[in-house]
Amino acid sequence: MTDFFGIPFPVVFGQLLLGLVNGSFYAMLSLGLAIIFGLLGVVNFAHGAFYMLGAFAAWVGLDMLGINYWFALVLSPLAVGALGIALERLFLRHLYKLDPLYGLLLTFGLALIAEGLLREAFGSSGQSYPVPDLLQGATDVGFMVLPNYRFWVIVSSLVVCFTTWFVIERTSLGATLRAATENPKLVQAFGINVPIIVMLTYGAGVGLAALAGVLSAPIIQVSPLMGSSLVTVVFAVVVIGGMGSIMGSIVSGLALGVIEGFTKVLYPEASNIVVFVIMVLVLCWRPAGLFGKE
Amino acid sequence: MRPVNIFYLVLLLTGLAAPWLGLYPVYLMTLYCFAIFACAFNLLLGFGGMLSFGHAAYFGFSAYATSWLVTSQGWSSLQAIAVGVVASAMLGLVIGLIAIRRSGIYFAMITLALAQLVYFVCLQAPFTGGENGIQGVPRGELLGFLPLKDDIKMYYFVLAVLVAVYLFIHRVVASPFGQVLKAIRENEPRAISLGYNVERYKLLVFVLSASLAGLAGSLKSLVLGFATLSDVLQATSGEVILMTLLGGSGTFLGPVLGAGIVVTLQDVLSDRVGSWVTVIIGVIFVVCVLAFRKGVVGEFQAFLERRRATGVKAP
Repeated sequence: MTDFFGIPFPVVFGQLLLGLVNGSFYAMLSLGLAIIFGLLGVVNFAHGAFYMLGAFAAWVGLDMLGINYWFALVLSPLAVGALGIALERLFLRHLYKLDPLYGLLLTFGLALIAEGLLREAFGSSGQSYPVPDLLQGATDVGFMVLPNYRFWVIVSSLVVCFTTWFVIERTSLGATLRAATENPKLVQAFGINVPIIVMLTYGAGVGLAALAGVLSAPIIQVSPLMGSSLVTVVFAVVVIGGMGSIMGSIVSGLALGVIEGFTKVLYPEASNIVVFVIMVLVLCWRPAGLFGKE
Repeated sequence: MRPVNIFYLVLLLTGLAAPWLGLYPVYLMTLYCFAIFACAFNLLLGFGGMLSFGHAAYFGFSAYATSWLVTSQGWSSLQAIAVGVVASAMLGLVIGLIAIRRSGIYFAMITLALAQLVYFVCLQAPFTGGENGIQGVPRGELLGFLPLKDDIKMYYFVLAVLVAVYLFIHRVVASPFGQVLKAIRENEPRAISLGYNVERYKLLVFVLSASLAGLAGSLKSLVLGFATLSDVLQATSGEVILMTLLGGSGTFLGPVLGAGIVVTLQDVLSDRVGSWVTVIIGVIFVVCVLAFRKGVVGEFQAFLERRRATGVKAP
């Protein structure tokens, strides 16, 4: 058998690989959203904007300051994370006692500001970012030709996702974090500075989004609009996975990326909407999401 | 006459006189269409307590339906508007059934995602004209004898619809149905324990809101003569939220005022500052949420109430 429903295997594997790459981005973004929502109770609409800013920071760094990809991988999330922390201190922290909808609206406004500013500065068309020398080319792995950079994206984002999971679920820092999610007043009474933890968590979640942005820069066109289309899909992923669970968001992110890839092979017209259709099915079957608790 | 009624009378007279005061009718009609849109949205958010992040879906879907019927099928304007409203009501019924399974932020995210689905359908469906949309939509005639091609006649038609929608929403909110909605918004578990079928009330207000949003979309497509992808865009859903929030959600006049401010702002700024419009709208969002949560009309009402309260104490 060399084909799948009449489609040659290399094409199928190629789309699956693309799906897996997209799935890694979904996983990293929904992971950050889940962490932020868990501790701050804010649905960060600006998540797509921070992803976009991460990619732009890398592009500007290379284009104007000569900072190479590997440094950008560290510096860009740090810079965007710092911006996130500043925004949390300036704006978001005033909203914690209010209806979470206000957090959603505020971050929507922030996303618009970021998008508008970058469009003003760089225009709406995409900028291309070169693949770093070390990862150029492709490897023949027998059943298909694997582009090195794509492979690197999948592996590195998996490592990042599982490290984050490990830190939150298996270390004492993570225990503090989870305790602060559960009962912030009690944790504060134990002498732990909860506001600082909240601030750093937001920075970390935003940094994750920026890291995804840097990883995606060589694959897609870096444009001010790249975040706003992605954030809607990631929201659907979060609804499917259920916002409460870290592992849930990683698994559903990857799985939906792969399903999207499959749809591109079988029925390309539906590939844009398959995630939303799955969301509808999940909502009918388990309203709290696959991994969520009501 | 009560001061409130005098105020409304003055407002209505201003509306009737506006095209003769040197104001451009197409600008006013666009403003009214968005005012209807914002009033519809406010019915859901302000009185139903549900934040939909995808109201552009009904607005745009109905705009497409009406434009297609008038342009390709040769239907009359009123029929096409009616079908547009029914189409958006059906869409609202389907999306509402799914979305009211969750509440709060999940409700917002689900409506956003489903609106994105509608966007992709509109992008790919054969009758929507893809990236170009449907252009050159004729306005037709009203009841066969009033040619709406004339801006002034069209203006009074749109104004009449706005007034009708405004009165209708007043009526709905004051009705027993509106009272139950308020009870659900304030305390859902209590409304359930009192024996109300909460889901049915929520669904009904959702469908009502979607239909009125559709009415706004249909009218807009006839006024401007086109239906495009920007009608179903996420940004349009954001705009209607901003209009309602800025004017004051849960007030009657707020959404109209909010629509007036936002449409005027876009009209004045878009030629001069380009992408800065997005930035300015974002800044207004941030300021509204941080400092101005009741909106212009809401804050004004609160101010009047404070003054009345101190007035009682003073003598």
